Amino acid sequence: MTVLSYFNDLYSTFFATRSRTINTVFVTVISLLALFAVPTLANEYWLQAILIPFLIFALAALGLNLLTGFAGQLSLGTGGFMAVGAYSAFKMTTAWPELDIIAIFFISGFFAAGVGILFGLPSLRIKGFYLAVATLAAQFFLIWLFNRVPWFYNDNPSGTITAPPRTFAGVMVTGPEAAAEVRYLVALVLLAVFVFFSWNLMRSRFGRAWMAVRDMDVAAEIVGIPLLRTKLLAFGVSSYLCGVAGALFVFLYLGSAETIAFDVNVSFLVLFMIIVGGLGSITGSIIGAAFITILPIFLTNLNPILGIDLAVDLAKHIEVIIFGGLIIVILILEPHGMARLIQISRERLRI
Amino acid sequence: MPADPKNGHPAPGEPMLSVEGIALRFGGVQALAGVEFTIYAGEICAIIGPNGAGKTSMLNVLNGAYQPSEGTITFKGRTRRKMHPRVAALEGMARTFQNVALFKGMSTLDNVMAGRNLKMHSNFVACLLPVGPSRAEEARHRAHADEVISFLEIEDIRNVPVGRLPYGLQKRVELARALAAEPDLLLLDEPMAGMNRGEKAEMSRFILETKARFGTTMALIEHDMSVVMELSDHIVVLDYGRKIADGTPEEVRTDQTVIDAYLGVATEDDA
Repeated sequence: MTVLSYFNDLYSTFFATRSRTINTVFVTVISLLALFAVPTLANEYWLQAILIPFLIFALAALGLNLLTGFAGQLSLGTGGFMAVGAYSAFKMTTAWPELDIIAIFFISGFFAAGVGILFGLPSLRIKGFYLAVATLAAQFFLIWLFNRVPWFYNDNPSGTITAPPRTFAGVMVTGPEAAAEVRYLVALVLLAVFVFFSWNLMRSRFGRAWMAVRDMDVAAEIVGIPLLRTKLLAFGVSSYLCGVAGALFVFLYLGSAETIAFDVNVSFLVLFMIIVGGLGSITGSIIGAAFITILPIFLTNLNPILGIDLAVDLAKHIEVIIFGGLIIVILILEPHGMARLIQISRERLRI
Repeated sequence: MPADPKNGHPAPGEPMLSVEGIALRFGGVQALAGVEFTIYAGEICAIIGPNGAGKTSMLNVLNGAYQPSEGTITFKGRTRRKMHPRVAALEGMARTFQNVALFKGMSTLDNVMAGRNLKMHSNFVACLLPVGPSRAEEARHRAHADEVISFLEIEDIRNVPVGRLPYGLQKRVELARALAAEPDLLLLDEPMAGMNRGEKAEMSRFILETKARFGTTMALIEHDMSVVMELSDHIVVLDYGRKIADGTPEEVRTDQTVIDAYLGVATEDDA
């Protein structure tokens, strides 16, 4: 019996170690490919239309997943918090043109965090769908605010905010002249940095406190976890990431934007990403963002590839139907999202 | 793992916690009235009584889940009108629930570690990094959590999400989470509810070993009289929200009021 359990231990330790090694190798390979291979191989269309929005939405999805998937606080205010990041980045670049653009991205998140904490205050009293409605109010209020107060868009008659040309270390990062490769790399590195921090944070006392509050807040309080402080921190960190994502969305992807770019559809889109990808999974946020941003483009290009000639509007409708259908299929197959599907297949394959 | 010598930790035999004149009302229902008793350091105190006697309400008052309308709670020499769950945890009180209250999505280890969360003080920025003081603190506390896990013989399920565990094991994980906090006073709300004879014997053994090894003072609610008589040093009997007896198992066993309460004999006040 003891010999058997000894070998059992040895066996599971071996696989645990091997699984960690595989993880490290996988992450390293993906990072190297993303850093060096993709910018040289991908063309302008791939970078601009697919990869850059994917990276930015992955960051927003990471932000929402920390709040909803880890801390259990449902939010429909993602678009609003992204808008706070975008508008504060715009105000800062125009008010202080000499301020470094990368620094501005990092700072813009703090404004979003402040606003997120403010709208997170009701979370002590209300939960679930009711909290979602409260955050939805934040979404509508913020968009209304940025529409109605001309100060936020520097009294621009068109009501848009535009990313001015700015350089980092001598390279043009934002504005019409900035190369897609550069914008891609900036988004990639920022996402990697925040994924790295989030990964560590979720394995610390803060991550455990968030999950405890998510799973059973009464018991969390009994073991001494301060509920309000924990929830507000989750709102702050989540909104910070969404805010940075919002700034990147305008500065690296859209170039110029109106509030419509951050309307409630964005909030739902990011929520779909984390549900499809996997609530409470950092990898899931990225997979979900990839799925939701890349699949429609793939479906659009499917008809020409298959040689089917459909009217444009009909093709678009079929695309939406397939897209929705696939989301439903995935959720029926695995309600815990694609990250869980991958985990199960790995356990089965023992890799 | 010796318990931290904390300030104000009473010596064995001294009062750990005492309540005086506790009253609790839910609307028109008087759940507790004028309850007073003392739990002494180092003992296992059982709170017993028929269904609806107010036992769980009493436990909830002790750790601040309920706020009494009257009375005082004195814990480790400090008297309060009411407790607060977080204050209770900070001052060294841990508890388990009648219906297991675990963090179901988290592994056994993470649940036990959550029990130590308030002993961890790494700041936010340190926790963003994979090395440094936060990781060192994490490793230190994980070693302690693993000791508790092996003490309660749940190593096999260390990394299993507790939502997937059978009820009996969940009860044990909940005890592990409470013990991980190195409490001075441990409140156990029906630790053996819904268990079979073998599981009860196992849980009794863990409770006695906890007392022997860590000297933890315990207050427990239990329905199984043989278990209560075997485990406790001191028994408090509640009936209809009032204390009707208080003493050693021997005294309580032979107390006529207790026998009447359990057998449902009508007393003259009822008439």
